[in-house]
Amino acid sequence: MEPLGGEHRSGSEGEQEPSSPSRSDLSVEPRAERVERSPDNSLPSGAAGNTRPAIEIRDLTISYRDQPVLWDVDLEVPPGVLMAVVGPNGAGKTTLIKSILGLIRPAAGEVLINGGPYQEHRKEIAYVPQRGSVDWDFPTSVLDVVMMGLYAQIGWFRRPSARHRAAALDALAHTGMADFAGRQISQLSGGQQQRVFLSRALVQGASIYIMDEPFQGVDATTERTIVDLLQTLRANGNTVVVVHHDLQTVPEYFDWALLLNVRRIAAGPVTAVFTEENLRATYGGRVPWSHNRTDQSFVSDRSDPSGQTPG
Amino acid sequence: MTHIRLEIQLIALVTAIACALPGAFLMLRRISMLSDAISHAVLPGIVIAFFFTGNLNSPLLILAAAASGIITAALIELLSRTRRVGQDAAIGLVFPSLFSIGVILIARYASDVHLDVDAVLLGELAFAPFDRIVLGGTDIGPRALWVTGTILAINVSFVLVFFKELKLSTFDPALAATLGFSPVLLHYLLMAVVSVTAVGAFDAVGSVLVVAFIIGPPAAAFLLTDRLSMLLVLSAGIGACAAVGGYWLAFLLDASIAGSMASCVGLLFLLSLTFAPRHGMVAAARHRKLQRRQFTRQMLLVHLLHHEGSPEEEIECRCDHLCEHLRWDSRTSSRVIRSALHDHLIEQNGEKLLLTRAGRSTAREALSGTVPAGSLV
Repeated sequence: MEPLGGEHRSGSEGEQEPSSPSRSDLSVEPRAERVERSPDNSLPSGAAGNTRPAIEIRDLTISYRDQPVLWDVDLEVPPGVLMAVVGPNGAGKTTLIKSILGLIRPAAGEVLINGGPYQEHRKEIAYVPQRGSVDWDFPTSVLDVVMMGLYAQIGWFRRPSARHRAAALDALAHTGMADFAGRQISQLSGGQQQRVFLSRALVQGASIYIMDEPFQGVDATTERTIVDLLQTLRANGNTVVVVHHDLQTVPEYFDWALLLNVRRIAAGPVTAVFTEENLRATYGGRVPWSHNRTDQSFVSDRSDPSGQTPG
Repeated sequence: MTHIRLEIQLIALVTAIACALPGAFLMLRRISMLSDAISHAVLPGIVIAFFFTGNLNSPLLILAAAASGIITAALIELLSRTRRVGQDAAIGLVFPSLFSIGVILIARYASDVHLDVDAVLLGELAFAPFDRIVLGGTDIGPRALWVTGTILAINVSFVLVFFKELKLSTFDPALAATLGFSPVLLHYLLMAVVSVTAVGAFDAVGSVLVVAFIIGPPAAAFLLTDRLSMLLVLSAGIGACAAVGGYWLAFLLDASIAGSMASCVGLLFLLSLTFAPRHGMVAAARHRKLQRRQFTRQMLLVHLLHHEGSPEEEIECRCDHLCEHLRWDSRTSSRVIRSALHDHLIEQNGEKLLLTRAGRSTAREALSGTVPAGSLV
């Protein structure tokens, strides 16, 4: 278990490649392909180079009646990481992100966003809920749903203007959904719904993005679009936290991980914490993807033929 | 006499529009039946307020109704939160209890005033024009029209002012909360508006018709549009039609006005359910038929593709064999073959059917599952 405190990044420029020799003794080889995306000026950029944690969780305990859902969780998410939150069903993943967003009141502990309470940093954080959390038969258009992301900027009582429409269209273009702006939302496929949600988060221009299973039930094209977008967001210095189910893609998609099962099992760079041992601790010995394999073979099986170790 | 008829219709029309606006949001939140609960449960609030004021026309009664509506909604919420009963049962538990407390209070302490239970349930629209407001010696119209008109003004401004906030908190309460638009606050604001509407309207039209006006028109409008603003406009329009239509139906049948109006609401909903262009039953049946036709055509093309160039082609691709193999009756098979011939997907060579180039690619698309929906049209 790697304590997170010692792993502080200095910023995205000074980022160490996960495959640097000092880490080669770790049991999980880094994903060979780690495309370093170039920043995209049309997407929001975060506070790269900032040493203050983007999200800081101290002694967080949340219980449902007498049942602890999260138990004394400490976590520091440095700015500019793309973090996977993994753990079995009922591990408290959704509860964790809801408490980050101030939607659940903790029994104990606190959550700081960019060093302060959520209420003061509302606009720096964007949330992509699970696709199934809303009623897609609601009578509204794609563009309208994306503009909802701007309501905090627009403020109470005021109506969206042409400027807001343009911003929403721009956000739709980033997820390849611009042609669907006028579409009624019930006519979208699952992947398209997810991209609309993603656009709605983008338009908020936040520096921290919290997503609950964005890859759930989406097609391969959408998954690729989302991954590209998340990595570009990270390259722009934003912090992205994603509840993720597919363990096999964690080393490929993410550079930071939190392994959670009511308690924090491990958190830190994927290369350091995404180990067989930690996964066993998280999933109680039944790691979903590696029945009779060693983790070495798992990684080499998955390596992309085109992937070259950078640097 | 005619101006009385006109006034009755006007009161009903204003009430219907006032009810439809909050009703649309209740429907979208899937809590339409809360309106039933609230419209009954406001009774004890009114009775208690009446004890204090001794006046049935006091504006305090409206405030008391709003308060008891919010309490009702909160009690239902509290009860269903325990997860010991479902939300529907919670509604059924809370409002009869509160309503009967009101009934007992009336029977025990206020039996001598005009506040009888029949009037609460059914209202008496026919008499509404006779209760008039006279200001400085001038008759300025029926009291019910002023009351419902005020409520309509409140509801229209509520929806206009909070349109964006109501939309957001109805569609995605979690996002509303993270953006700082408290969904709880908006929920109870909506409940207060429903309560005020229910209490203002029940005196004129009765709580049964209030419930019909709150639930029916939005449910009918929902099938007709894909836009929230249009949903509100259509709900109001359908409510207005039911009010006026119901009045004339009652006139023709010499029946209860409130009853006829509520029937009209049901009738308009049935019409919408049947004939709505995209979401109606007829449209759905037509769509299914189209899909079935497309599928039978695909079966034909795929069958021909499978046996194309094979030794048994001579037998398999004959018209009469197809009927047997695909288990079609002769009418179906001749219709499918005729339409496929017409669209140049197949060619006929004596008794044998051959795929054209277009037919072959359609068959391949069908096999790979990439055929776009509605490509037959």
